[in-house]
Amino acid sequence: MRAPNAVLSLRGVTRRFGGLVAVNDMSFDVTEHEVMGLIGPNGSGKSTTLNLISGALAPNAGTISLRGTPLSQLPAQDIARKGVARTFQLVRLLPSMTVLDNVKAGAVFGHRRRWGSEADDHAMAMLEKVGLGRHAFAVPSQLTYIDTKRVELARVLASDPKILLLDEWLAGLNPTELGQGIDLIRALREEGRTIILVEHVMDAIRSLCDACVVMASGTKIAEGTPEAVLSDPEVIRAYLGDDDA
Amino acid sequence: MKRDAWQDLALGAVLLAVAACLPWFGGSYWLSIGVTIAMYTVLATSWALFSGPTHYISLATTAFFGIGTYTTGLGIDHLPYWVLLPIAGVLGAVLAGLVGLATLRLSGVYFVIFTLGLAELVRQIITWVQNFSGQKGLYVLTDITEADIYWQLLGLAGIVFLGGWAIGRSRLGFALRIIGDDETVARHSGINTARAKVILFMVPGAVAAIAGAILAPRYVYIEPLLAFTPMLSFQVVIMALLGGTGRLWGPLVGVIPFTFLWEAISASFPNQTTLLLGLCFLLIVYLLPKGFVGLIESVRRWAKSREGYA
Repeated sequence: MRAPNAVLSLRGVTRRFGGLVAVNDMSFDVTEHEVMGLIGPNGSGKSTTLNLISGALAPNAGTISLRGTPLSQLPAQDIARKGVARTFQLVRLLPSMTVLDNVKAGAVFGHRRRWGSEADDHAMAMLEKVGLGRHAFAVPSQLTYIDTKRVELARVLASDPKILLLDEWLAGLNPTELGQGIDLIRALREEGRTIILVEHVMDAIRSLCDACVVMASGTKIAEGTPEAVLSDPEVIRAYLGDDDA
Repeated sequence: MKRDAWQDLALGAVLLAVAACLPWFGGSYWLSIGVTIAMYTVLATSWALFSGPTHYISLATTAFFGIGTYTTGLGIDHLPYWVLLPIAGVLGAVLAGLVGLATLRLSGVYFVIFTLGLAELVRQIITWVQNFSGQKGLYVLTDITEADIYWQLLGLAGIVFLGGWAIGRSRLGFALRIIGDDETVARHSGINTARAKVILFMVPGAVAAIAGAILAPRYVYIEPLLAFTPMLSFQVVIMALLGGTGRLWGPLVGVIPFTFLWEAISASFPNQTTLLLGLCFLLIVYLLPKGFVGLIESVRRWAKSREGYA
């Protein structure tokens, strides 16, 4: 049933909050080197899905597996160690530490664990990759908004994840920054990273994603290439209402 | 290892050696001050190892300390003294581990209340047990002198500083700093936050118990109210905060002035000590939220920026 080269598979994943079904019977696969967009209107359950994959929440039913290894009942730290790394919708940095130490957190405790100068060098290399090498010894409060997002991305990359979960990583950027952000993610895509993007920015979805899963009210309503799903009448109805479909 | 690190270690060893000369030069008054300072240095520094990075305020110091005191009190007639110290350390660590497993999932204020309650619980249990045996307290009669106690505490202080220094450079220390900043990030970066906190909480538990075991002969007669006095826990917190928990040497710069301040208060106002202790607590938290360490560092930064303009 699982696609042969799937990195991450969800099968029948359900999460309820009291009477509200936030994620209902979600199933999809993310294959290696694929950039998968998870899209849908506000409140459709995208972030909850990401929280279920990363272990911030546990599913009530269904299974999530990473190359066949079940993740669904593991705590967040074990999931991170197995190679699932995420950014947060509201950026979370470590305020008392330098930018370099922020990134080192990923390098030291993540999927591949390093220590000492190896961790420092690796963290520095990741900072260079996101274009922040010269701010390595700044503290987070001195950074601009996009730079804080870059630090978080570098921390996630430093753990050598098998799959990256980016939760609205492009949200809140101005047009110039947005261009830079899209270029950065495109560079990751060209490295062959496997990524799930939760995103509202349609330009980014069109230019970055190989495939999309569209959610509405907790349920998957469409799946396919970005062009196909974005012209699907049901998707348009979910976003804009019946009159425009 | 970098050269700075060796310099820090060498400086620490020299200071410890200088401090060890006190019994030969100071009189008995200075020696007793020295014992007090050494004791609070040990307690406050080990307390700050855990509470500094995690911001969990533990008021359980006296529980561990009292258990150490009672280990010596009960064991001194049956076992050689040198065996009692490691036994006390293990008991303290085990109790801290159990408390940690039960409570470190709790956050902030719940943890504070639990640790305060724990100290009281252990005291009440011991009082209750003693009611059966008909004793009020225990005599600890040894030929251990004040100077012996002082040297033992200095040795323990050396171990605490060395341990703290090593933890600060280890993955565990790094993990604790991340947990203190943002526990969610820590978990999602792959840190087993519960395990890291429990392991580190065992350090002050073991150290306080050993300190209690060392100090028992000084008291000669121990009873629950003396061994488990809540005042001890509060004083350790105040001293550590006065010094500052951001640096390993921080609590030390709080312990020394506070010991002298406390001497002055208890000599001049023997009936109002608790009131004045509370007042000191308020003043420190309001005026020096980051302790002397924070003050020293902001002065340093200010001097540096002045240099920049000159």
